[in-house]
Amino acid sequence: MSQTTVQTGEDKPKARRFEPPVSPTTQAFWDATREQRFLLQWCTDCQRAIFFPREVCPSCLGSSLAWKESVGRGRVYTFTVEHRPQNPNLVGPYTVALIDLEEGVRMMSNVIDCDPDQVTAGMEVGIAWEALSDGRHLPMFAPTDSTAPGGDR
Amino acid sequence: MRSLRGASALVGVADDASPTGELELSGRALEARMISEALEDAGLTLADVDGVCHAGSSMGLAEYLGIHPRFTDSTNTGGSSYEVHVEHAAAAIATGLCDVVIGVYASTPRSDRKRGGGFRGGPGMMMGPNPMAEWEMPYGLRMPMGPYAMAATRHMSQYGTTSEQLAQIAVSTRQWATMNPKARYQEPLSIEEVLASPMQSSPLHLLDCCLVTDGAGAFVMTSAERARDLARPPIYVLGAGTCHDHSMISEMPDLTVTPGAISGANAFAMAGVKPGDVDLLMGYDSFTITALLHLEDLGFCAKGEGGPFVEDGKTAPGGSLPMNTNGGGLSYTHPGMYGMFLLVEAVRQLRGECGARQVDGAEVAVAHGSGMVLSCMSTIVMGTEATL
Repeated sequence: MSQTTVQTGEDKPKARRFEPPVSPTTQAFWDATREQRFLLQWCTDCQRAIFFPREVCPSCLGSSLAWKESVGRGRVYTFTVEHRPQNPNLVGPYTVALIDLEEGVRMMSNVIDCDPDQVTAGMEVGIAWEALSDGRHLPMFAPTDSTAPGGDR
Repeated sequence: MRSLRGASALVGVADDASPTGELELSGRALEARMISEALEDAGLTLADVDGVCHAGSSMGLAEYLGIHPRFTDSTNTGGSSYEVHVEHAAAAIATGLCDVVIGVYASTPRSDRKRGGGFRGGPGMMMGPNPMAEWEMPYGLRMPMGPYAMAATRHMSQYGTTSEQLAQIAVSTRQWATMNPKARYQEPLSIEEVLASPMQSSPLHLLDCCLVTDGAGAFVMTSAERARDLARPPIYVLGAGTCHDHSMISEMPDLTVTPGAISGANAFAMAGVKPGDVDLLMGYDSFTITALLHLEDLGFCAKGEGGPFVEDGKTAPGGSLPMNTNGGGLSYTHPGMYGMFLLVEAVRQLRGECGARQVDGAEVAVAHGSGMVLSCMSTIVMGTEATL
């Protein structure tokens, strides 16, 4: 797992990256990340996954929504390697990607545990986690070996 | 005087309030409820909607609802915003820009205060949940170039587009800039120089990116009747089209196809012109990939063929499709929201005022603006008196 904090002279570790705020709608998602469980929101009427999580289904405007654990696998749709990060606490180069999850939704993430030169569009990836400063974890993705049984990492 | 009289109608409404002065829902959830009720009142569904008005962000709302409007209005004039929205929607419907427009308002200051200091859901959420802060900002994507770099990566992977081809756009644009005495950069540029410039967000090099400069511009419009009596030859608006399909890059349906495919087709249809009739393309070049996507989405070449299309200098001086003749955002100027300069150069070219860089006999020009992260495209087709 990548290092998540940088030590400062003070007692409290300083957040290395911008940490995501939590809204009432996404509380369940972020709570689950404390146990490194990756939840996806589903519309129980349309039977389809929704990302980013919201208050109503963007297909039917209904609010019959439920959380289900994701299989945590997907493919890199596209990516960029950041050589000159805006956030001075981040050190390039690192990979920012859009991941197409098996459930049919897309999300932004980082591809970690992989040389940025080796990342390709279409590459198979699985969920990985980086600890945030408050006990939550940030979903990240790492290459999976598709030849291994089940393709699991 | 032409009139909007009787050309459009209000067909569905909804509102909500309570004697306690408080509502349970807030933000987008409350807006979605109102929209749902008003559509039901009208006997319509979200699928019928092709126009969105919102005094905060029509783009954020459309993204939230998962719709792709071809009319959008984020005008904010304070409390009168919604009357202005109806006025604009009436004009848009009357002229066929769109068929069904939604407008919505939701504000919960009383509950917000109770929930604590106007915060809804923690830091960074003063204005309600912020999907970009929650789902994109943690990952360190550089703005604005990161999203464009992702589009370039996908285009390369899907169509075999090369860095050399992208660099050619910067090189061709620089050739035009050598003839603009106000351009930031006026020295010729080579593909090698572009590729040797520092990598920013791969695959975009520094010289694939637009400038950061000061700049300013303005326009004046009036009726065709009145225009004929004024000082300069009128340049007529022949067609217009707009479309947006996302606000955050992670919500863009296909990173190789911009909403310009729709705004452009609509503007061309209204103008009664085809890409082959266009003498000048002013296509927003925030990055080399941006201009390449415009060439494809506006129909100057097929999807995926933008790379080979630009390779032989077609968009450079002497080429078959002069593009960004002022030197563009890549070499002339880019103060942040560059769309104004597209209009100004197109007008000057059609008037024949451009000196060394004048496109001979230019009659039809396209100014194609790109907003946010390939999010909102707006296409204006304009022409000289001869094109009417």
